[in-house]
Amino acid sequence: MKLGVVAFPGTCDDRDALDACARVGEAVPLWHADADLHGVDAVVVPGGFSYGDHLRVGAVARFSPVMAAVAAFARDGGPVLGICNGFQILCEAGLLPGALLPNVSLRFAMRQTTLEVLSQACDWTRPLTVGERLSIPAKHTSGRYFAPVETLRELDDGGQIVLRYVEDPLPNGSVADVAGVCNAAGNVLGLMPHPEHAVDELTGSADGLRLFAAVSAALA
Amino acid sequence: MRARVLIRPKAGILDPQGQTVERALPALGFHGVSDVHVGRLVELEVTDPSQLEAMCEQLLANPLIEDYDVEVPTQPRPPGAL
Amino acid sequence: MSAWRELGLTDDEYALIVGKLGREPNGVELAMFSLMWSEHCSYKHSKPLLRTLPTEGPRVVMGPGENAGAVDVGGGLSCAFKVESHNHPSAVEPFQGAATGVGGILRDIFAVGARPIAVLDSLRFGEPSSDRTRYLLEHAVAGIGHYGNSIGVANVGGEIYFEEPYEQNCLVNAMCLGLIETDALIRSAAAGVGNQLVLFGARTGRDGIGGASVLASAELGELDAGKRPTVQIGDPFEEKKLLECSLELLAAGLLVSLQDLGAAGLTSSASEMASKGEVGLDLDVRRVPLREADMEPFEIMVSESQERMLCVVEPDRVEAVLALCAKWEVNGTVIGEVTDSGRLRVLDEGAVVGDVPVGALVDDCPVYELEPAPPATPIYPAPTRTLEEGLDPAATLLALLGSANLASRRWAFQQYDWLVGSRTVRRPETCDAAVLVLDPTPPADPDAPRPGLAVSIDGNGRRVACDPYRGAVEAVVECSANLACAGAEPLGMTNCLNFGNPEKPHIAWQLTRAIAGLADACTAMGAPVVGGNVSLYNESGGGPIYPTPVVGMVGELPDARAAGQLGWAREGDAVAVVAAAGWAPALAGAELSKLRGLPLPSELPAAELGELHALHAAVRQGVRSGVMHSAHDVAEGGLAVALAECCLASGLGASVDLAPLAPHGEAGLFGEAPGAFVVSGAPETLAGLGAAATVVGLVGGVSLDVAGAFTLPVTELVRVHAAGLADLLP
Repeated sequence: MKLGVVAFPGTCDDRDALDACARVGEAVPLWHADADLHGVDAVVVPGGFSYGDHLRVGAVARFSPVMAAVAAFARDGGPVLGICNGFQILCEAGLLPGALLPNVSLRFAMRQTTLEVLSQACDWTRPLTVGERLSIPAKHTSGRYFAPVETLRELDDGGQIVLRYVEDPLPNGSVADVAGVCNAAGNVLGLMPHPEHAVDELTGSADGLRLFAAVSAALA
Repeated sequence: MRARVLIRPKAGILDPQGQTVERALPALGFHGVSDVHVGRLVELEVTDPSQLEAMCEQLLANPLIEDYDVEVPTQPRPPGAL
Repeated sequence: MSAWRELGLTDDEYALIVGKLGREPNGVELAMFSLMWSEHCSYKHSKPLLRTLPTEGPRVVMGPGENAGAVDVGGGLSCAFKVESHNHPSAVEPFQGAATGVGGILRDIFAVGARPIAVLDSLRFGEPSSDRTRYLLEHAVAGIGHYGNSIGVANVGGEIYFEEPYEQNCLVNAMCLGLIETDALIRSAAAGVGNQLVLFGARTGRDGIGGASVLASAELGELDAGKRPTVQIGDPFEEKKLLECSLELLAAGLLVSLQDLGAAGLTSSASEMASKGEVGLDLDVRRVPLREADMEPFEIMVSESQERMLCVVEPDRVEAVLALCAKWEVNGTVIGEVTDSGRLRVLDEGAVVGDVPVGALVDDCPVYELEPAPPATPIYPAPTRTLEEGLDPAATLLALLGSANLASRRWAFQQYDWLVGSRTVRRPETCDAAVLVLDPTPPADPDAPRPGLAVSIDGNGRRVACDPYRGAVEAVVECSANLACAGAEPLGMTNCLNFGNPEKPHIAWQLTRAIAGLADACTAMGAPVVGGNVSLYNESGGGPIYPTPVVGMVGELPDARAAGQLGWAREGDAVAVVAAAGWAPALAGAELSKLRGLPLPSELPAAELGELHALHAAVRQGVRSGVMHSAHDVAEGGLAVALAECCLASGLGASVDLAPLAPHGEAGLFGEAPGAFVVSGAPETLAGLGAAATVVGLVGGVSLDVAGAFTLPVTELVRVHAAGLADLLP
């Protein structure tokens, strides 16, 4: 079971994502200029500030060679997880619906968030229980999820709204407190909070590891 | 030729930057200001301005959340003009 | 006015330069001398004093003089760390000033080969009632966050104080820690005649030209807005690429030496590298990639454009170096080579435009003896009164908890990424020191220890203003106490000395006394100084800042799983005060006296350093062994505030009777002196701790109840503490 972690210039959570993947399988670094996924079974597009967030978050990274390979992999049903900037990139690339806008506070906001699992219709949450809660930190400046009303309705009906913020929601202003959404096929998940920073009780929580474990177990 | 692309949040999408500016102006004594939106300006030298629309759709703007206007001068600018 | 005076050199200094060269310097040379002979680069007013600080210890692997110092943290690893100021740039443009302050200290750390793992910051502003303070605070915090968050280095702690003397001269000090395998540490000395000098990173523009002499070594005048062009602009994206590129170059063994470009740009970097290696350098400014093509040679030599590094490379490895630069999309350019001339020669397309002995630039700046004299009259006016006397203890405690210096810092640290790297075991407001685990990957054996380190930064300028010697001692003791509460033992420290104009006798006296205090306390607490920075001339029309030695201390935890916490752990635990025998808290110079607008006293309570060292060891052992379920140092606001903070961090109440302790009354509740801790643990084990520990009550309930003084619901404490800063900055 090989999990690839993509790095662009400016990616900064790739090391943590590699560490999280290594706990459930073999972690493989993937470089943005690389058009080949080196035979990985799942792909993580981690957080950071790819290309300096220039122009618009995620807008430049989606055109890198590796993203063409990730898009093809996703279309073939391969599991893809986009975290924070990775979520923004997947939205820009059209692999996930919607877009991420600047936080209403206009400030970078970091919190240990509580997330409610809304759906199991996704490779990354299938073994989890609807209604259960995960403690996972979130940190971003552009995390306000937006999708047109009709899209949101479709997402809701299709079980594609996978995670939402509960308790003390972030000051990002996400529509319907959406924290994570998946594609219709359920193989691509994007979320703003950082499961790769929640893999060890020693540093606050191990709940995030369950997302990685879910895909690893399914593919084993 | 020199082209300008103006990109701004789509109407109806919450624009906290615009709101912040709108709230700040009266505090400085500027009244009668409303409907402020903050976007960005992309200036570029292009040989084929007919491609600008496609550039906007694919990269310069995100049509889901942003509107854009393309400005191409009808006359070449005189040297030194802005 | 003569050119040299305009550049900040005295007539005598200029004459000395002419003597060294045997001729008048040309413009390029004069610009280089003016920067290298500024206080910022030469330490000409502080060098003799800095030499009195202890710099050696069993765990020191790299002492002062390199880009950063380093201590051995076990397992073949070292921690490189340093604190540095970016005060004047932040006073002019707080966002960029603070951001580039973080950028600069990060480069110092990866210049020795270490991967940065944590940043802390120490900030000082005027009172938050001022619009300027709120502007500076908001933008400085945003700038620090912007840079650190974007580059992916956790911001794990820090401190903010608000005092009137910082109104015009805010302080922005940033500290960074990095980890490296000890035998991979790299130094900055250039070596090997014929080796190539490669500049890599961002292009060079006109940023910060004259920064070191105009901004960092002269008092701020009236025309701050006019100085805006000299402020450097930071680009964390460029720095992130530079960081990864530098570490990959080092890992591939391609570099002879490495140096970052900071104050005084190429001039300082090149001459320092040549000086340390006792070699010469030829460099051609026309090979430097420029943002603006029409830059003059002197501008290229002194530009402080950010995100640049300089390295020395053997000729047959240049190609490999440039290929790695290309991989990371950073400019890499050969700009010169190592010579045996002992001179720094600046060329412009091959033509010599500057030629000076390296030693003259780096070593020959005159060193000035200070003329310290204690002030005849108080230097600082009494703080503005914001609190009436005669309030009952409950109202007094609430006022303290909501005051700007003691209120929750959540507003600030929620704008920082305190977790990236996944090493943060104790995040802000959960422990007196930040705690990081060295290796985020757990060992195969789940019972094996997880070695870690703890870090704290501290320096209460008002206390130093009261009594420079004892105030400086307190800064060191406070850091050591914070580490003890985490269960960590000091390995080393760094300091940033923020003072006024040392040419004035009373400032010279503050500096002299404070450094004496630092030296004595470092020796006593076993924390040698491995590096640091000096920021002088922090004065304006309003007078000098409070003398502010900021101390950053790094300590070792054998097992981060046993890290201490500040909040109560469980209901039913006993609460004890662990104090030095002579602990005598006093209101003079305390936070409460500040709120009451009382004049600063001229003396603080004495500290028995030997006894404090033993006390810290006892607390450290209590935390490590698990006897102390929580531990918190009694600091600003005294015992009452310390007890309240234990409640705030846990959400649990406590009932205590402080009668067995002296003194009673307000001094007992709110008085301050180093040498006491609030701890909790199982009643039977705490009672057995010995004479230093006095059991005063129990954890539990929904209120903090201090017999005979007050009963306050924890929810009320939380509300006041949370609102203090957040309400000022919506």
